[in-house]
Amino acid sequence: MSQSKDPAIPSNCTRLTGSEIMWATLEGEGVREVFGYPGGAILPAYDALRKFPIRHILVRHEQGAAHMADGYARATGKVGVAIATSGPGATNLVTGIATAMMDSIPMLCITGQVSSKVLGTDAFQEVDITGVTLPVTKHNYLVTRAEDVAPVIREALMVAKSGRPGPVLVDITKDAQQATAEFDFAAAAPRPHRPHPMLRAESEEVLKAAEMIRAAKKPVILAGHGVIKSEAREQVIALAERLQIPVASTLLGLGGFPASHPLSLGMMGMHGEAWVNQAIQQSDLLIACGMRFDDRVTGSLATYAVHAKKIHIEIDPAEINKNVKVDVALIGDLADVLETLLPHLAARKSSAWVREVNAMKGECAVRDIQNLPDTGHLYAAHVMHDLWHATGGKAIVTTDVGQHQMWEAQYYKHEEPRTLITSGGLGTMGFALPAGIGAKIGQPDKEVWVIAGDGGFQMTAAELSTIVQENLDINIAIVNNGYLGMVRQWQEFFYDKNYESSPILSPDFVKLAEAHGIPGVTVRTRAEVLPSVKAARERKGPFLINFMVEKEDSVYPMIPAGSALHEMIRRPDHNPLIETAQDA
Amino acid sequence: MLHTFVALVEDKPGVLTRVASLFRRLNINIVSLTVGRSEKPGTSRMTIVSEASPSAGHRIMASLYKLENILQVDDIGQHSSVSRELALIKVAATPKTRSHIFELAEVFRARIVDLAPESLMIEITGVESKIEGLIQVLNESEDKILEISRTGRMVMRRGQHTSRVLDAMRVAGVETESITETPEQIAEEVDLPQ
Repeated sequence: MSQSKDPAIPSNCTRLTGSEIMWATLEGEGVREVFGYPGGAILPAYDALRKFPIRHILVRHEQGAAHMADGYARATGKVGVAIATSGPGATNLVTGIATAMMDSIPMLCITGQVSSKVLGTDAFQEVDITGVTLPVTKHNYLVTRAEDVAPVIREALMVAKSGRPGPVLVDITKDAQQATAEFDFAAAAPRPHRPHPMLRAESEEVLKAAEMIRAAKKPVILAGHGVIKSEAREQVIALAERLQIPVASTLLGLGGFPASHPLSLGMMGMHGEAWVNQAIQQSDLLIACGMRFDDRVTGSLATYAVHAKKIHIEIDPAEINKNVKVDVALIGDLADVLETLLPHLAARKSSAWVREVNAMKGECAVRDIQNLPDTGHLYAAHVMHDLWHATGGKAIVTTDVGQHQMWEAQYYKHEEPRTLITSGGLGTMGFALPAGIGAKIGQPDKEVWVIAGDGGFQMTAAELSTIVQENLDINIAIVNNGYLGMVRQWQEFFYDKNYESSPILSPDFVKLAEAHGIPGVTVRTRAEVLPSVKAARERKGPFLINFMVEKEDSVYPMIPAGSALHEMIRRPDHNPLIETAQDA
Repeated sequence: MLHTFVALVEDKPGVLTRVASLFRRLNINIVSLTVGRSEKPGTSRMTIVSEASPSAGHRIMASLYKLENILQVDDIGQHSSVSRELALIKVAATPKTRSHIFELAEVFRARIVDLAPESLMIEITGVESKIEGLIQVLNESEDKILEISRTGRMVMRRGQHTSRVLDAMRVAGVETESITETPEQIAEEVDLPQ
């Protein structure tokens, strides 16, 4: 959204309605696609839409609109825009807003509101949405006058993308949409954003960090979502290569550092491979880059990397020392901080530590699961691996939450930033399908795969219709095991296999797709995986594959919540898949 | 421990909710919060006193700055500052029992601002310990306190003193920064009844 330009409507002393001002401002800010659903209190805005060169994607549920705007933002780096009416339309956005908040996604939600004269009277479809969303937005606004529409929207877009990004909601009353005001795009420009005054990466701290990095024998870089947001990939690669430092990624950091890079370890944390977590536990220096030491990453804090000094490079000062106490904090934009740090570091040729970490991977790291004997069972890991293989690791993959999400993170090797789109912090089921639609709208030339479990897919399956209406070429892979898989896994491990309410009945997903005019196929064996993926990729337009996978498979390794990072549950011996390190 | 923050905020609807909601989300209790217009048009100044772990100060301040309506935050900590609170105390008193309350008020430099046949009202300004002191004395002398209303702490950092001022305050030759007394100690010297 950097190439803001003045909108088509001449800005000198033009009198427009609040609705027209809303679209003209969005247009002026470079917004070309919005996701939304009309209703009474936002109808004036919809009435004015046809005058503006903005594509509106009609969703089937407002949660879908929020996830689409989110997926759009993650795929493009631009601000995603979602629109809903007042009351239920607005509250339906909330899950999507909270998802974006937890993962720091720049998003603008515009909601209609009842007329300012009846605010607070429990009018039809009135809800205090600025009150409801206060803790899950970066900021929000209530607009009751047409003349405030342009400055508020411009400021909201700036707030959404500045600093640590996040969702912003603008609630516009119906009378503000209907009233007229002078529209001057340039005059509505917001004040420059106040940078957080506690940003700090002074030369003294940088020198101290550089000294720590030089002295470290067993350093590990922890690459988080910030690597992607700050577009610091180049700098992180430079840091890793110059000093031969292995790089572990968070779930949301996947793709930030190329998976095929010899220094890439893969995903850390609860379902990270054994060698990744062991490297972290044995490390003497963690260089945390744009991550926040989430509990899914650290396990028990008391036993987390106790031998390691910690350098935390992070844009949000409130994250410093929140979970893990650090020795040096460099607070600022990751790419900028690394630029100032790199000149202080000289190249190191080889590293005994890298050899040690590689030895931890053992032969397991090079064992391709494709070469394992076909036992007639279809495992989700097969599906992810084959999908990765068939797409060359280049597709944008959106996932839901649960087992399939972790298998995807383990077996789909992401090379490029913005190719894995998943709900990390909030863990929102039903995210994958709408996020995939948003990603495809934002990146129409990229191949998009939606991967969902049979449970999560049913939460937002109505958006299949949106795919057809918008004529989108999106492929859908359902990992169908007849269970809410991750719930079942926890019940197996921690609740005596009491599978209460985790077996889930699903419709025939292929027939469901066909009812929407989307062709599909059910796959039950390993041999059918690649041909079905090939068919999906070759067909122009959407395609759905229903993968009937092993019912009671679990994601390994697993660190039980609150346990130490090195105390993981390994894959049992009898399991035919022994592809993870140290599991054998 | 008690953390005291002074925040300059935009004077707009909902700003107080945003500040209060931040503390609620962090599960930190607000002990007192005072707010009123500041010297700059369109802004208010808040004094927020909260009970939180000693290490929480950084995170609270960093989080406050993340609110768009917050312009400036100061963690008062041990900085040299002046702290005041105002309290209105209604005490049951008949014409026969009034006089010793008048005396108490005199000692505490409080004022009687309302007099009724069955009660009187005391206005007292000072540091919290001074107000606590008056309340305690009233309780001990078996006067029945009917109602207490307190503003909560207002805090302002002291200015940069010249050496002549410091001389007058009998801390000659000492730079302002090196004044080591806590705000309470300084306030006591200046204000508390002897």
